[in-house]
Amino acid sequence: MTVTIANRIGQAALVLLLAFTASFLLLQALPGDAILIKYQNPEMGLSPEQIAEIRIRYGADAPIWAQYFNTLWNFLSGSFGYSVQAGVPVNTLLATNLPPTLKLASLGLFFALLLAGLVAFAATLAPFTWLRNALQSVPSLMISVPVFWLGIMLIQLFSFRLRLVPVINPSEFQALILPVATLAVPIAAPLAQILIRSLDEIETQPFVGVARAKGASRSFVLWHHVLRNALLPVLTIAGVLFGEILAGAVVTETVFGINGLGRITEQAVSNQDSAVLQAIVVLAALGFVLINLLVDLVTPLIDPRLNRPIGAAA
Amino acid sequence: MTTFDLFNARDTTPRLRLVQLQPTLILAWAIMALAIAWAIAPSLFTPHSGTVGIAGNQLKAPDALHWLGTDEIGRDVLARIIYGSINSLSGALVAVSVGLAGGTALGLIAGSLGGRVDAFVMRMVDVLLSVPGLLLQLSIIIILGFGTVNVAAAVGATTIAGFARLMRAEVVRVRRTDYVEAAFGSGGRFWAVLGRHILPNALGTVIAYAALQFGSAILAISTLGFLGYGTPPPTPEWGLLISEGRKYLTTAWWLTTFPGLAVILVVLAANRISQSLQRTP
Repeated sequence: MTVTIANRIGQAALVLLLAFTASFLLLQALPGDAILIKYQNPEMGLSPEQIAEIRIRYGADAPIWAQYFNTLWNFLSGSFGYSVQAGVPVNTLLATNLPPTLKLASLGLFFALLLAGLVAFAATLAPFTWLRNALQSVPSLMISVPVFWLGIMLIQLFSFRLRLVPVINPSEFQALILPVATLAVPIAAPLAQILIRSLDEIETQPFVGVARAKGASRSFVLWHHVLRNALLPVLTIAGVLFGEILAGAVVTETVFGINGLGRITEQAVSNQDSAVLQAIVVLAALGFVLINLLVDLVTPLIDPRLNRPIGAAA
Repeated sequence: MTTFDLFNARDTTPRLRLVQLQPTLILAWAIMALAIAWAIAPSLFTPHSGTVGIAGNQLKAPDALHWLGTDEIGRDVLARIIYGSINSLSGALVAVSVGLAGGTALGLIAGSLGGRVDAFVMRMVDVLLSVPGLLLQLSIIIILGFGTVNVAAAVGATTIAGFARLMRAEVVRVRRTDYVEAAFGSGGRFWAVLGRHILPNALGTVIAYAALQFGSAILAISTLGFLGYGTPPPTPEWGLLISEGRKYLTTAWWLTTFPGLAVILVVLAANRISQSLQRTP
């Protein structure tokens, strides 16, 4: 068992190291680096010698392997380099821009869970076959809607037509309603899909038949027996969900003009500010890997059956 | 984004489905055919121009002449959508081709050779999967630069991992079948068996996945177009149309609504077609 865990942690670390290396190499291949873009601007009137000096200050003239180990060491000690465009450490940028994104993401996830549960239960319990079939195709509809378009439609409908949510000087709560609703849809879609499927699967299990035969109603069995078992598959897509949330937040923030991770990502791409993008990419990979690792370690505790077969041998 | 569709594709009414008429599937093919026809011969479907506006015709609400209204410089919105079809569809086609070629090759190599090669390839696939699609696309765009082809290539690169995983799983499954054992047993050489038996049998699922990825590629391309990294204006691209229409949200709802509906319908159609491809073995 301990061997498996150590093995799994080692794999996670390897994937992270590879992700870091790949992003480092890719961003090194950039045709023009951010320092040149910023300081070569004729308005600054800097001579080539002065630019070369700035490059030395940023450490951009060192051989590539030295830069690699330098950057790696800095990342490991929690320092993500300098944003050339903004002229501040990436850590400062993250410190100011991460909290709004985290707030948006956690609220989005909460409402996505509610929405997915609602859709899944409705699709399982609805009275008529045609209604059930219709409800079961709701998640694929939600997946096909462009997130940015959904946000724009919500603004149009609720702010401009119905005038329910003010656009000018909204309160903090009002400003969050539409972004959270927008973000909840793409997160809820895969959740609802996997929930519907797993509810369906569990419902055919013998113990459900026994509970029903004992006289429990369908919804009682669903709540007390089926749901607990059906939630396990949801955990397996936690890592993917994390990615969905992050990507969804980037787009949502752009649509609603929220200052957050999305804003700095967009600016980093526009200005070729590679240090910022690399930090965000590596942090995203870290989140994904950690979540998957956690899920792998926790699922055997929830479902002991998973421990028995190959677990120890692998 | 839509990876789950494939694995969750559910067979609700067994057997009977094959003989039954499937209205939603016919509708899906009809939408796809129309979108492809728009891309090939846009001028057959609209008398208006996709890029040149008519003065004095600005921001007209939908009417008998301009079915979906006109934009801020008097261009017909339906014409813009029709002429924009080629950008979205060809972009998605390039993206899926990149993913299909790259991913299938990687998966085939990993699944057939096994051992260290397999471990190495799959570890690289894990790395690709560990970064959210949008961030991976942005990292590639920051290197390649903005533009239609670059965006398509970036979207394609993010689908490689999914194709590789699926292909590898299929190859591993097919390798264990009796007929492959028999082919090896009767003296078939590795590459011959691979090309003649393993590849054709593994490809079915992969094609269904490709159709699914076609839909999500259209979605991803429109997102990147909306963010302003794709086709530059005045070329009509569905994501760009929505982004341009945003400035007139208060007065002209038709500018943003209809291009979005076009994206949704084509993506839904692609997903439905993928589902049907999966069902028929």
